[in-house]
Amino acid sequence: MMENKNLVEVQNLQQYFPVAGGKLFEKKVVKAVDNVSFGIKKGETLGLVGESGCGKTTTGRTLLRLYEPTAGKIFFDGEDITKVNMLPYRRKMQIVFQDPYASLDPRMTVGDIIGEAIDIHHLASNKKDRQDQIISVLSTVGLNSEHANRYPHEFSGGQRQRVGIARALAVNPQFIVCDEPVSALDVSIQAQVVNMFEQLQEELGLTYLFIAHDLSIVKHISNRIGVMYLGKMVELADSYELTFHSVHPYTKSLISAIPIADPETSRKSKRIVLEGDVPSPVNPPSGCRFRTRCPYADELCAAQEPEWREVSTGHFAACHHLDKVN
Amino acid sequence: MNEYLVNIENERLSFFTPAGEVKALNDVSLHLREGEVLGIVGESGSGKSVTAYSLMGLTAYPGRLIGGSLQFNGHQIEKMTEKEMRKIRGNEISIIFQDPMTSLNPVYTVGNQITEVVMLHTNKNKQQANERAKELLTLVGINEPDKRLKQYPHELSGGMRQRIMIAIALACEPKLLIADEPTTALDVTIQAQILELMMELKDKLGMAIIMITHDLGVVANMCDRIAVMYAGKVVEYGNTDDIFYNPSHEYTKGLIRSIPKLTEKEHSKLVPIEGSPVDMLNPPAGCPFAPRCRACMKICLREMPPYTDISDIHYSACWLLQKQEYEQAQKGDA
Repeated sequence: MMENKNLVEVQNLQQYFPVAGGKLFEKKVVKAVDNVSFGIKKGETLGLVGESGCGKTTTGRTLLRLYEPTAGKIFFDGEDITKVNMLPYRRKMQIVFQDPYASLDPRMTVGDIIGEAIDIHHLASNKKDRQDQIISVLSTVGLNSEHANRYPHEFSGGQRQRVGIARALAVNPQFIVCDEPVSALDVSIQAQVVNMFEQLQEELGLTYLFIAHDLSIVKHISNRIGVMYLGKMVELADSYELTFHSVHPYTKSLISAIPIADPETSRKSKRIVLEGDVPSPVNPPSGCRFRTRCPYADELCAAQEPEWREVSTGHFAACHHLDKVN
Repeated sequence: MNEYLVNIENERLSFFTPAGEVKALNDVSLHLREGEVLGIVGESGSGKSVTAYSLMGLTAYPGRLIGGSLQFNGHQIEKMTEKEMRKIRGNEISIIFQDPMTSLNPVYTVGNQITEVVMLHTNKNKQQANERAKELLTLVGINEPDKRLKQYPHELSGGMRQRIMIAIALACEPKLLIADEPTTALDVTIQAQILELMMELKDKLGMAIIMITHDLGVVANMCDRIAVMYAGKVVEYGNTDDIFYNPSHEYTKGLIRSIPKLTEKEHSKLVPIEGSPVDMLNPPAGCPFAPRCRACMKICLREMPPYTDISDIHYSACWLLQKQEYEQAQKGDA
C-alpha cells in the first residue's frame, strides 16, 4: 500500500520553549526539537523512539501545529502548512493521545465526543446522518452502538483508547499521529490495540507517525524508525535494519538496554549499560549531545556537531565515529 | 518444613468497599527460599502488589486479611501486632516503590531520610548513622555522597531517586526486598542501570527479592522463579525457564504470545488475549480466566480448577491439565 511519495514532510523543524531563567530578565529556551528533518510516505508507519524529554512528543505535536514551530517547514501532501489556517487540514491530520483517562472529556458521552469532530467539520447533513456516522466509526474500532450513550468512566482502559481512536477516525483522516497510544495499557490489551492500528491501516490506507518509548512495539508496527536524543534525531532507518544493524552508539545501547522476554537470549546477551543520566535540555552539551554518556566520545565530539549523513541506502545517522563504533 | 524464607499459604484478602466485597486475593500460595528472586507478573488489579504488601502488614483500609498463613523468616505475619511488625519492617523486610518521585519526602533532605531508618533500627547515634548513610550511597553507586546527603529529592533525577530508595531499603541489610515495579517510571537506559544494581546488591548482601512487574522482559532477565497472577489467584508458578519455554496455563501462553519480540527477524501478527480484564466486584464463578480463554470448557465456567503439579516446582491451575491427568490415569488402568 505504500507509495513513493511523501505525505508528510518536515524540514529542519525547530521547537524552542521559553523557560524561566536563573537571573531576572534572563531569557532561556529549551530546545525541545532542534533541526529535525524527515518524511513519511503515504501508507507508511514511521516510528519515533527515545527517552523521556527527547522531544518525540513535541515533534508529533508541532507537526500538527498544535505548537507553532520556532523555525523549519512542514509539508502535507506537497503543500506548505507551516503558516496556513489549519482548520481544513485538521480533517486530514489527527492525533491519538497517550492517556485514555485524561484525553476524553468526562462530562461528554462517547457519542458526543465523536460527534463533536463531525460537527466542527460539518460532515453530517442531519441528525440521523450524524448518529449513523458515530455508530459506524464505533464499529470500526470494535465497539457497538450502545456504547455511544455511555460516559468515558464506564469504560476500561483498552476501550477508552478505542474511543480515542474512534474520535480521530471520525473525520476520515489520512494521517494520524499516535502519541504513546498503548503505553498506559496492560500487556494483554496492548496487543489488541496494536493489531487494530495495523488493521485500520490496511483497510483505510492510513499513514502513521507512531511515537513510543517501547522499541519492541515500535519495531513491530513501523516500516521505518527514527531515534531521538535530546531534541535531535540521531539515527533513522528501516525498522529491521535499525534493530539488527544500528550504527549509532546511542541506538546500540538503547537496544541492548531493553530486557528481552526470553531467559536464554537475555542470559547470553551482553548489555551495554550507559553511565549517567540524560542531561537537561536547557543546557545541552556542546557538539554532539550524546557525548557525555558516549563511550567513544573525544574532543571532536565536544567541538563539533556531527553531520546527519546517509550511511547506506535509506539509513541515516549523526555520529563522528561511525567507523570506530562499528 | 521451614526451609522457605517466605511461605504464603492459602492467603485470602478482601476489600470491603461500599459497592461490595472485592476478593483481591483468592487462595494465594507462594514460597521463596533465601537469596532467590521471585517475579510476580500480572495485569493491573491482579493482586500482585496486594500480596507483597500484605507480607509487610501493609494492607490498606478497607482491605482485610481473612484467611491463610503468611510465614516470613520464622515470623507468623498474620498474627503479629502493629508494634511487632514495625520492628521487622525496614529491618528484615523492605520495599521499594514504583514511583521514586512520590515515595520520598520532599521536605526532608536525602540524608535525613536515610539516617532516620538507620537510627530507628540500630543503636547508632547521629554521627554513626551519617557514616552509614554515606556507605549506603556509595553502595548504590552514587558519587559525592557528602553532597548528595544534603540535597532534597527534587534536586535529583529519577534514576538517582530510585537509587536513594534502594539505599533506604537496604539500610539494615534486609533478608527480603520487595520491589514494586521499581523501574516502570524510568527510561530504558536508566532501568538497565537500576536492574543491574539490584542484581549486584543481591549477590553482595545475599538477600531475596520479590519483583513485582508487568514487564516479562524484566522477569526473564532477573528472576529465578515466576508467579503469574490473574484476578487474585496465582494461576501458574515455576522456574523462569518453565514459564517461558513450557507454559501450561492458557493465560501465561497468551501473555507470552501477545508481546512483540525485538529479536524477531520477521513480522508476525501479535496474538492478543481477547476480552477485557475481570470485573473484581463480580468475578465469574469458575476459573477467572475462562471468559477470555481460547480453550474454555463447560467445567471452567462452573468450578475453580485445582492446582496440577507439572514438576517439583512447576504448578498451574487449569482444567486442561486435569483432563490430561484423568486420561492418563484411565490409560494406566486399561
